[in-house]
Amino acid sequence: MADAPPLLRLRGITKAYPAVLANDAVDLDVGTGEIHAVLGENGAGKSTLMKIIYGSVRPDAGTVEWNGSQVDIQSPAMARELGIGMVFQHFSLFETLTAAENISLAVSGTIPELSRRIREASARFGLDVEPDARVQSMTVGERQRIEILRCILQEPRLIIMDEPTSVLPPQGIAKLFETLRKLASEGIGIIFISHKLEEIRALCDTATIMRGGRVVGVCDPREEDARSLTRLMIGREIARPRHGAERGDGHPVLEVTGLNHTPENPFATPLRDVHLTLRSGEILGIAGVSGNGQDSLTQALAGEIETPDDRGSTVMLEGKAIGALGPYARRKLGLHFIPEERLGRGAVPIHTLSENSGLTTYHRGMVNWGFLNLGRRRKLAAETIERMDVRCGGTESTAQSLSGGNLQKFIVGRELALAPRVLIVSQPTWGVDVGAAAAIRQQLIDLRDSGAALLVVSEELEELLEICDRIQVMFRGRLSGSVPVRDTDMDHLGLAMAGDFDALNSSQTMKEPALG
Amino acid sequence: MDVLIFIVGGTLAAATALIFAAMGELVAEKSGVLNLGIEGMMATGAAMAFVVLSLSGSYTLGFVAGAALGMVLSLVHAALTIIFRANQVASGLAVGILGLGLSSAIGKRYEGRTVAGLPENGIPFLSDIPVIGPMFFQQDIMVYLSILLIPATWYVLNRTKLGLTIRAIGESPEAAHALGLKVRLIRTGCVAFGGAMAGIGGAYMSTAYTPLWAEGMIAGRGWIVVALTVFGTWMVGRVAFGAYLFGSISLLELSIQAFGLNIPSQLMSALPYLVTIVMLAIISRNPTFIKLNSPASLGATLKLS
Amino acid sequence: MARFVIEARPERSAWAPVQVALLALILTCIGGSVLFIIYGVSPLKGLDAIFIDPLRSTYGIGEVLLKMAPLLLIAQGLAIGFRAQIWNIGAEGQLILGAIAASLLAIQFEGSTSPLLLPGMIVVGMVAGMAWAGIAAFLRAQFNANEILVTFMLSSVALQLLYFLVTGPLRDPSGFNFPQSIRFDQAAMFPILIPGTRVNASLFIGLFVTVVALVFVQRSLAGYKLSVGGIAPRAATYAGFSSKRTIWLALLISGGAAGLAGVGEVAGSLGMLQRNVSPGYGYAGIIVAVLGGLHPIGILFASALMALVYVGGDFALLSVGVPNAVTDIFQGMLLTFYLACSFLLTSRIRRITPEAIASEAPAE
Repeated sequence: MADAPPLLRLRGITKAYPAVLANDAVDLDVGTGEIHAVLGENGAGKSTLMKIIYGSVRPDAGTVEWNGSQVDIQSPAMARELGIGMVFQHFSLFETLTAAENISLAVSGTIPELSRRIREASARFGLDVEPDARVQSMTVGERQRIEILRCILQEPRLIIMDEPTSVLPPQGIAKLFETLRKLASEGIGIIFISHKLEEIRALCDTATIMRGGRVVGVCDPREEDARSLTRLMIGREIARPRHGAERGDGHPVLEVTGLNHTPENPFATPLRDVHLTLRSGEILGIAGVSGNGQDSLTQALAGEIETPDDRGSTVMLEGKAIGALGPYARRKLGLHFIPEERLGRGAVPIHTLSENSGLTTYHRGMVNWGFLNLGRRRKLAAETIERMDVRCGGTESTAQSLSGGNLQKFIVGRELALAPRVLIVSQPTWGVDVGAAAAIRQQLIDLRDSGAALLVVSEELEELLEICDRIQVMFRGRLSGSVPVRDTDMDHLGLAMAGDFDALNSSQTMKEPALG
Repeated sequence: MDVLIFIVGGTLAAATALIFAAMGELVAEKSGVLNLGIEGMMATGAAMAFVVLSLSGSYTLGFVAGAALGMVLSLVHAALTIIFRANQVASGLAVGILGLGLSSAIGKRYEGRTVAGLPENGIPFLSDIPVIGPMFFQQDIMVYLSILLIPATWYVLNRTKLGLTIRAIGESPEAAHALGLKVRLIRTGCVAFGGAMAGIGGAYMSTAYTPLWAEGMIAGRGWIVVALTVFGTWMVGRVAFGAYLFGSISLLELSIQAFGLNIPSQLMSALPYLVTIVMLAIISRNPTFIKLNSPASLGATLKLS
Repeated sequence: MARFVIEARPERSAWAPVQVALLALILTCIGGSVLFIIYGVSPLKGLDAIFIDPLRSTYGIGEVLLKMAPLLLIAQGLAIGFRAQIWNIGAEGQLILGAIAASLLAIQFEGSTSPLLLPGMIVVGMVAGMAWAGIAAFLRAQFNANEILVTFMLSSVALQLLYFLVTGPLRDPSGFNFPQSIRFDQAAMFPILIPGTRVNASLFIGLFVTVVALVFVQRSLAGYKLSVGGIAPRAATYAGFSSKRTIWLALLISGGAAGLAGVGEVAGSLGMLQRNVSPGYGYAGIIVAVLGGLHPIGILFASALMALVYVGGDFALLSVGVPNAVTDIFQGMLLTFYLACSFLLTSRIRRITPEAIASEAPAE
C-alpha cells in the first residue's frame, strides 16, 4: 500500500457539536477492493465520520484525500460525483414510488432504461429487486437491496454501509456478505460500519476501532479475538446480566387470543390471529425483522390501539378483558409500556425531565383537583435521575439534550418507579451505549425476578437470547408459538424470522397450537 | 339551450381564477409546503394587475405584474418555512395578512374603479359552431390557458423527472436531502410557482372576470383553493373538477340574483363556504384514504441536517 | 478562523420569546420606515404617529385599552388551541356569533333594567362562540375535517348571517334603513371605566381570562395534556391523552373566548349590533397569540402592542395622511418578522473558534 495512494485517506478529522466532540483527530485509510470495518459503540463517532466522508456534514478541521489529491467534499452530490456512495441505516427510499423511480432520482436515465440496468445488476450481484414494484409493499431486505442497487448503478469506487445488518435476518446477512465480497473483488472499496464483532471478523480485511470520537486502534480483525476487540471498543469490562433462577411458578397475567387488527396507516402491517400468554416472573421475547407487525402488537397491548372484544379477539389482564381500555386505564391496572422511540413518544423533546416524568405518572398523586403537583413531579424526576444514574444537567434539562442511552435510562426508571405488574418494552437498548444497555437489561431482569411479567420486542437476537425465558417470532403480522430459550438458537430463530415457524425449535417438536 | 350555454360558458369563466391558483397550490403542496396565504397572494395579484393595467393599458403587463407580486409574497413564505423553519400554518397566515394589507394599500386610489375586461376573442372558426361555439369557444385567452394548465400540471407532476423529484421531496425531504436532491431549491421553486399562479388567478378576477378593483373582492377564494387540494385528494384531475364545481356554484349565486328569486342573497353568498365544509367532512372522513394520497411531509417543519 | 454556528439550546430560555418579539418589533420599524418613505412621509414622523402619538392623550390611551380588550380575550383562547396545534383561525366568526347571541338577548329584553341582563348576555355570547367553534370540533373529531379550513369557512358564513340579521330581522325599524339594530339599554352595557374615554369593564374580563389562562397553562393537567398533544402527538397517544378531547377542548375554549369578545363589542363601545362589529379582531388575535409566544403574559403585552398599531394607524391617517392599510401591513410585518426570528426560540447563534474546539473535552 506504500507505493500507490489509498482510495480514501482522512487525516485529523475533527467535528464538535454543542455538548460533544464527535470526531477528534480521526485518521482513516481505505484502499481499492478493501472491506474496511469501522467498529465502535453507539456514540463513538462512526456516523459523524461517515457523514463527513459523504459530504452531509462538514468537519471543523482535518483533510480528506481522494486518490491522492486533497478534496473538500461539500455535499452528498459532490461525494457521488467523486464516486462515493452510501447505503443508509434508515433507508432513504420513497414509499409511494417504484423501485425504478427511486433509483432514477439518483441515477440518470429513463425508467425503461434503468429497469433494464436494474435487472442486469440484480442478476450479477444476487440482489433480487422488481423494478416496477412500489416500495411500500416491500420487505426490509428488498428495500436494502434497492439501496445497494441505487448505489452500484452510480458506479461508485467506494461504498459506505451504515450498520447494514441490523435490519436483516441471519440468512439475509450471509447473502449480503456474498454481494459485498463480489463488489470488493471488482475493486470497489467498502466501509462497513458495525458494532457486531463476529460479522466484522467474518467479512472485513481491516478494522478501525473508535471510542469517544477517537481512533483507538487499527487491526486485521481476523487476527484478533473477540475479547481484545471488545476491550478496545469499550475500554472496560461489561458485566453480563445476573439472571435469577427460573421460577416456574408463574401464573398467566396477560393473555391474548385471536387478535386481529388492520391499522389506519396503510403502510403498517396488520395483525393476524395473534395468540400469546405472558406469565408472572418471566420475560417473553418477540423476535422478528422490524416491520412485521411488532408496532401494531405493542400498541394493541399498551392500549394505543383499542381492540374491543366484539371483533372476536380478546386481550385479558389477570382475567379482566382490557381490549376496550386506553393506555391510561391499562396503566392504572399495572400494565406499562416503554416504546422504542424515546424522543417524541416516550418523552416530549422540548419538555424538561420534570415535565416528562408527569407523562405517564399523573394518576399517582401528581394531580389534585385537576392541578399539577409540580413539587412532587420534580421530586419523582430527581429520584429517577438518581436511581438510574442518568447523566444530565438536572431535573430542568430538556429531554432532547440527553443522549439516547441516558434518556432511555430515564424513561425505564420512570416506568419502573410505578412497579408495573406487566411491562411491554420495545427495543430496550436500540441505539444505546454498552454501559447503559447493560444497566437497562439488568433492571429488566430484576423486575422479572421480583415477579413481574415482561414482554420484550427486539431485533437483536443476542439480546433476546440473553435476557428472555421464552421467545416467539413475528412474521407478516403473525406470531409463532413460543419456544424456551434453551431449546433454540440463532439459526433456528433466523429460519422462523423468514417465515418458517416450524423451524423454531431446535431440539424437540414441542409446539403450541399451530398458527398460520 | 341558452341556459346551457350560459351555464357552461359561465362556469368556465368563474372557475378560471380557481384553476390557476389551485394548480399552483397543488404543486406547492406536492413538494410538502402548505401555503395558507393564497388569499393574500390572489388579492395582491388582483390589485397589482388592476393598477398596472389602468396605467399601461396592457393586459400582458397587468398579468405579469400580478404574477410577479404573488411570487414575491410566496417567496416570503418560502423563506420563513424553508430557511427559518417557521411553522407552515403560522407563516401562511402571516403572509396572507401581509398580502391583504398590501393589496389594499396598492389599490387604495383605484377603489371602485373599473376597466374594460379582457376581450373575449374566442377561437376563430370554432366559435361559429352553433351551441358548442358559444359554450366553449367564445372565451378570453386566460380561460384557455387555465384549461391547458391542467394537463400540463398533470404531465409535469406524473411524467417528468422534475415531477418525480417534487413528489419525492413531498414524501420525505430528509431522504431526498440525503440523496443529494436540492430540497430547498425545489421547494422554493414550487412555492414560487404557486404564488405566481395565485397572482395570475387574482389578476384574472380584477381584469377579466369582474373588471374592477374593490378591497376584499377575492372573498375567500384563496381559502377555497386550499380546500380544493384536500377535496381533490391531491390529484390534478379531481382538483380541477372541484374548481369547476365551485365555479358553477358561484354562477348559481349570480343567476339567483338575476332571476330575482326570493332567497336571501346572504344565504347564496354563504353557499360556497357551506358546500366546502360539507365536502371537506365527506372527503376527509376516511383517514387511510387521505394518508395514502396526501404528500407525507405536508405541513411539517423542514428539518435538514 | 472564527465562524458562527446555529445550534440547539440545551435548556429552555424564558427570555428568548421576549428577545424575539423585540427583534420583530425593531425589524417592523425598519420595514415600516421603508413604507413611509414610499408614501413620502418622514419615517420618524410616521413611526411617531403609530407608536407614540396615541399614548400622548387620555383619549388615545383609552382607545388603545378599548381595542386591547377583544384582542386579549381572543388571543388567550387561541393560544391555548395553538399550543395543541389546533389552528382555530375563525375567531372572527365566533366573535360575530357571540355578538349576535348577546344582541338577541339585549333586544329581546328591551327596556329591562335587570342587573342580570348583562351577565346573561355574557353567558349566551360565550356559549354561542363555543357552539360555532364546536361545529369545527365535531367535524374534525368525527370526520377528520381540517379545522383551519372549516373555522375559516364558518367565519365567512357567520359574516353572511350577521349581514342577513342586521339588514332584515334585527334592523332598527326607526333607523333610516341603516344596517344596524336598536340601541341597547344601559342594563345591557358594560359600565365605562375611565370617564372621558370609551374604555369599559370588558377589559376586566380580558384581564381575568389572562389569569385563568396562566393557571390553566402552567398548573392544570388539562393544559399539560394540550401542550403534549401539540408538541409531540405520539407522546400524547402513548400517555393516553385523547386527541378528540384535545380538539374539543381547544376549540371550545378559543370559541368561548372569542364569543366573549363579541359580547364586549356590542355591549361595550358599539351599544348595538351592526355590520362592522369587528375590524378583523379575530384575525389580529392570531397575530397577538403568536407574537406573545403563546404565553399568557406575553399575550398581554402583545395585545397592547397590536391595539396600539390599530389606533396608531388611525392617527397616522389623520396626522401624516397614509392610508390605514398601513395598519394591516404593520400587523402582517410583526407576525412575519416574529416567525423569521422564531428559530431563536429553540436555537442560539454562537461564535466558535478553532481554539474553542480544541479545548473542549471529548464526550465520554
